[in-house]
Amino acid sequence: MFEGIMIGLSSAFSLTNLMMVIGGCLIGTFIGMLPGLGPMSIISIMIPVAITIGDPSAALILLAGVYYGAIFGGSTSSILINAPGVASTVATSFDGYPLARQGKAGKALTVAAISSFCGGSIGAVLLMIFAPALATVALLFHSAEYFALMVVGLSAIAAFAGTGQVVKALLMTLLGLIMATVGEGALFNMPRFTMGIMDLQSGFGFITLAMAMFALPEALYLVLDPSRSKTEGGSNEIKDLRITRDEARAIAPVIGRQSIQGFLIGVLPGAGATIASFLGYAVERNIAPKEEQEQFGKGSVKGLAAPESANNAACTGSFVPLLTLGIPGSGTTAILLGALIALNVSPGPRLMIDEPQIFWAVIISMYVGNLVLLVLNLPLIPYIAKVLAVPRNYLIPFILFFTLMGAYIGQNNATELLILVGLGICATLLRFADYPLAPLLIGFILGSMLEDNFARAMQLYDGMGFLLDRPMTLALLVLAALLVLLPSYRARRARLRQVGVSDGD
Amino acid sequence: MTFTLTRRALMAAATATLALGTPALAEDSKLDSIHFLIPGGAGGGWDGTARGTGEALTKAGLVGTASFENMSGGGGGKAIGYLIENADSNHGTLMVNSTPIVIRSLTGVFPHNFRDLTMVAGTIGDYATFVVGKDSPINSMADLIAAYKTDPRGTAIGGGSVPGGMDHLVAAMVMKAAGENPTQVKYIPYDAGGMAMAALLSGEIAALSTGFSEAVDLANAGEVKIIGVTSDQRVPAYADAMTMKEQGIDTTFVNWRGFFAAPGLPEERKAAYQAAIAKMYDTPEWEEVRARNGWVNIHNSGDDFEKFLEGQEEAIKSLMQELGFL
Repeated sequence: MFEGIMIGLSSAFSLTNLMMVIGGCLIGTFIGMLPGLGPMSIISIMIPVAITIGDPSAALILLAGVYYGAIFGGSTSSILINAPGVASTVATSFDGYPLARQGKAGKALTVAAISSFCGGSIGAVLLMIFAPALATVALLFHSAEYFALMVVGLSAIAAFAGTGQVVKALLMTLLGLIMATVGEGALFNMPRFTMGIMDLQSGFGFITLAMAMFALPEALYLVLDPSRSKTEGGSNEIKDLRITRDEARAIAPVIGRQSIQGFLIGVLPGAGATIASFLGYAVERNIAPKEEQEQFGKGSVKGLAAPESANNAACTGSFVPLLTLGIPGSGTTAILLGALIALNVSPGPRLMIDEPQIFWAVIISMYVGNLVLLVLNLPLIPYIAKVLAVPRNYLIPFILFFTLMGAYIGQNNATELLILVGLGICATLLRFADYPLAPLLIGFILGSMLEDNFARAMQLYDGMGFLLDRPMTLALLVLAALLVLLPSYRARRARLRQVGVSDGD
Repeated sequence: MTFTLTRRALMAAATATLALGTPALAEDSKLDSIHFLIPGGAGGGWDGTARGTGEALTKAGLVGTASFENMSGGGGGKAIGYLIENADSNHGTLMVNSTPIVIRSLTGVFPHNFRDLTMVAGTIGDYATFVVGKDSPINSMADLIAAYKTDPRGTAIGGGSVPGGMDHLVAAMVMKAAGENPTQVKYIPYDAGGMAMAALLSGEIAALSTGFSEAVDLANAGEVKIIGVTSDQRVPAYADAMTMKEQGIDTTFVNWRGFFAAPGLPEERKAAYQAAIAKMYDTPEWEEVRARNGWVNIHNSGDDFEKFLEGQEEAIKSLMQELGFL
């Protein structure tokens, strides 16, 4: 293995490959900032370029750089304009956007950059050491466990149910789950709930829904309420990237835990960065002390660091099944697999033995890529954050433009725009009534995976037998129940105690 | 939007000029442009086929320029509807499609079928296969059928399509030809090839019904064993794999991809498209695109294409009726 690492090092640090990493990261970051162009589309665009390069390690390094850059760039639009372009950065906007609203955009971007860097780097180290061993662990998960894992992912909604809104949060989750059933599911060959509208046959698009729930209501709110447009802090603070010593101390353990947890979730094919980010958020909120828990969703640096380190570590983790088993764990890695095959590289257990220079060069350039991203982005943050200092009569059209473009660009389907505006207005009304919108999106994202895996497990076991037959499923479900119930139980006990005090007994 | 309209208008104008100005379009004259209509989003199989074909045609100098338009919606039905409704202005358009157009017309996902379009040519295809994990005790179709006979409920077959979709139909077709009742076969759908592969390797399913080119990549990587191919003869790309026919299972299946044009397309225009596509196969530019994507050349032009589609529709229809999907 040591020999392999040396070959990889010399290959990764060749001038061409360094240029590839830097170029890939730059392209990824800037295109990734536009909502609607996630890592998957950017990588598809770059594949012909990568194939013309010819050298498989250089091509893969370029694509890996683009992948990281895109994820990194995606969190920028989540934080600045509440427009998560990729499912895995939805959780980033939960606390990132409130921070930006408080005038701490610079700080939020810095926290995100550092968490991403640590998540990606720790992930790369774990990948280097444990890749072959983890490949077998990934195969322990059957449909039943994936179903249970999605349930655990759903428990992230508890974070929004904390402030006496349990019923509202559950209702919104249900609504999200219902919306996920629209269209042709993976299990039936007939369209469901499309009301005869052809454009609904493939279901609601993620980007459309994310923009309708987050970005569009935000823009409408800015129009309706002029006082909101002013960020609460001074404009100097927007550019201020400094993280205080206390904050650094608070986020360090979060990053450590979530990098490892995120990586492990990323290793599972099909779970990926989205689940990792939601779970990371839920877990960190649950184990935080009570007073910090209140801060989650209102601009907690911990709440920002958790999903950012988790989703980057998970992206690295998703290379484990790709490189060792040849199984793509996500849409993005499926495209990467296609590129590998086009370059005459067969991923799988033999890759490490047959072509160690490719295997190790990729892993080492992941590390280099993370470093490059950090170095490139830290100096740019003050300029990127300045977006928010733009006067609101320019900012609103800007947000609206990117929101609408994001929904249109992936599918070239103008009906998406109508759906987006319709849903966006509904979402704004719901926000007026104080319903949290994030649970809806979580329900929607997890809904189809939840249903598919549940139905598969039911089919394989001819019923609910898998609950008893597979102890890991049961354990995960119990964990999910605890994650949801514990906070409300704690809140209830605290309330009872308060009542008791005021009664004077 | 304006851009597209203008471009389309220009193209229609160009087409009209061609049709009016040179009624006797010479056989070997070069096509000025082709507009490819892709019924799905960027990055899918249809997208790759259209863009790859366009690239080969233009680079080889058979067509002047190629433009591409993604029109997703309705599982491909939106683009078909568009092409039929705007047939007169779309003589310069070729729409890519594949086996699902046959299946989805049958299930009524969209109201049209391939007969409503001008069938230009089937260009590439992929056979279907059954694969098992490398450590599986199953080594041939006979082993799989034996395992199925001992434990029908525990021997599930997975695939990357919905029940009633292509992978399921192939699984049912093969099991039926092997003398089993296709409605009893436990088919487990996965939404992507990767998930289905993971399920195969983790032992959740006993065998996987999947495309040949995908299976070859995995077999070369040492992950799976191919136990049966739905081709007539062994495929040179992986000659170790036995066909279904060799093992006494008399069934063949090709998942084709090809091109359609608007209904009422002038004959000479159709002939020009078919000539360009036929010439494309001999160019190194096409060979490069084909090899890069692992496609198999299966060329079916004009009437052959129509006959092939009708045969496939018939086979799929009776199978779906038997399975209770129609």
